[in-house]
Amino acid sequence: MSSPEISRDDVAHLANLARIELSDSELDRLGAELPAILEHVKVVQQVAGDDVPAMSHPVPVTNVFRPDEVTPGLTPEQALAAAPASEEQRFLVPKILGEE
Amino acid sequence: MSTPTLVKFEDALTRYQPVMGLEVHVELNTATKMFCGCPTTFGAEPNTQVCPVCLGLPGALPVVNAKAIESAIRIGLALNCQIAEWCRFARKNYFYPDMPKNFQTSQYDEPIASDGYVDVEVEGETYRIEIERAHMEEDTGKSLHVGGSTGRIHGADYSLLDYNRAGIPLIEIVTKTIEVPGDKAPAVARAYVNHLRDLMVALGVSDARMDQGSLRADVNLSLKPIGATEFGTRSETKNVNSFRSVERAVRYEISRHAGILDAGGTVVQETRHFHESDGTTSAGRPKSDADDYRYFPEPDLAPVAPDPAWVEELRATLPEPPAERRKRLQTEWGFNDLDMRDIVGAGALDLVAETVEAGATPAAAKKWWLGELARTANEQGVDVAALTITPAQVAQIQSLIDAGRINDKLARQVFEGVLAGEGEPEEVVQARGLEVVSDDGALSEAVDRAIANDPDAAQKIRDGKVAAVGALIGFVMKQMRGQADAGRVRELILEKLS
Repeated sequence: MSSPEISRDDVAHLANLARIELSDSELDRLGAELPAILEHVKVVQQVAGDDVPAMSHPVPVTNVFRPDEVTPGLTPEQALAAAPASEEQRFLVPKILGEE
Repeated sequence: MSTPTLVKFEDALTRYQPVMGLEVHVELNTATKMFCGCPTTFGAEPNTQVCPVCLGLPGALPVVNAKAIESAIRIGLALNCQIAEWCRFARKNYFYPDMPKNFQTSQYDEPIASDGYVDVEVEGETYRIEIERAHMEEDTGKSLHVGGSTGRIHGADYSLLDYNRAGIPLIEIVTKTIEVPGDKAPAVARAYVNHLRDLMVALGVSDARMDQGSLRADVNLSLKPIGATEFGTRSETKNVNSFRSVERAVRYEISRHAGILDAGGTVVQETRHFHESDGTTSAGRPKSDADDYRYFPEPDLAPVAPDPAWVEELRATLPEPPAERRKRLQTEWGFNDLDMRDIVGAGALDLVAETVEAGATPAAAKKWWLGELARTANEQGVDVAALTITPAQVAQIQSLIDAGRINDKLARQVFEGVLAGEGEPEEVVQARGLEVVSDDGALSEAVDRAIANDPDAAQKIRDGKVAAVGALIGFVMKQMRGQADAGRVRELILEKLS
């Protein structure tokens, strides 16, 4: 398996998706570090053979359900207590740009 | 914004074949949300149905609603889909405050149901719509954009968020591409969404009310030149919220795309907003297949692996498919296609069926629901189903008529009384004193007065001009305040004047 290719542009794209502002020097540094990290993690793939299925959970459980019964939640005051700003019992968020 | 050049629908179809894809979101009618025990009541005060889970507070852990899984499987089965033996939820990551977690819990490459179909009928022709998938996800919160002139997001100064709706279970049903004769495309799209609504109501899994947003349709449309094999670029018209609008949105987008393509232009892949007022669409946000949501399996939720025996149990609970039921009822009732279309169109199919079950004849049930009651509903601006009268009560009123105790005219007053909450039909008849007078003594006196009141008419009848009887019957009915058996009155007058 070849080394994961992560370009400087990939890092910039990921940073944008994650809404993290990175300086040029940070992009340079991460552009070099991320491939090294992936390379390191790849060792797991070498250890796990074809007989080991990929898993998304550490515990092999399925069908963890709850009954469709109402449980107490928060009051609006509690819900809004940690909000930086609120108005009319709603969370106030700044102007949203670039999305619909 | 420039006004698009529209090509006449019929002209567009001479050059292009429309290709549609429909995505319908169905809000389930569970008592609680998908991943937490918050209630789902429509129209509650803002942020009164929230908890750490649906607010995405740190450390909160979601747990799947069993009833939502059951509904999802039943929907999948009703759409003739395969039910996954094992599937997972996934995080769809994006930054937008309608989801406080910064992701929506959805399903990605492992939907609970896939590869199904439904058959819809348009003007006697059946069209098979292939279903790609039906997957589970959660609804978003509601945004209120403040400031600016349009109330839309563009130009707003800030937005206010209510998370009551965030986390309500949704099923998204996605079709494969639909290619039907172009002139039928709008009607087929409408019939499909209508079919899904009927199916959801029959399954009892959703209110499926487009006007309240519990059933929402996105219309994807592209055109390809006739004879071409490659699809064109599609537009996605979002949240079309009535059956009629689905039809209009398809028509409009066909005209708009054709205008762009005719001029040698390129259709922009973007979302579109539909405008009820004039049936047009306007640009939303650009969209590409590369929308990078970075889906990954939701680590906080265990995979769902429905036991095949449970799936079969659920299959046994499926209702008779709505289209088959309509056909069966039509045959049983002896109605023609037009009768059935009227009943279905008025949203009165179940009401008529229940009225017939309660003992009325199909003709009588249809007469009241499509006549008096449809009119009342229209006046009140509600669906007939929302009227405060039950099918059993309608059947009781009809049986009072059949027994000769009231006539049609009095029946209208009984309907009025029942609708006004004055009690059962029998109680309204008693309380309002609406019973027909068939006591010959009282009628006979009234007839004598009528003859004395109009000697001319009486003489005409004696001379054999029976048509004049109408004037005398009218006088008697007026005196009896409509509560006389008109047939018996006629008999009495003719007896007296023979």
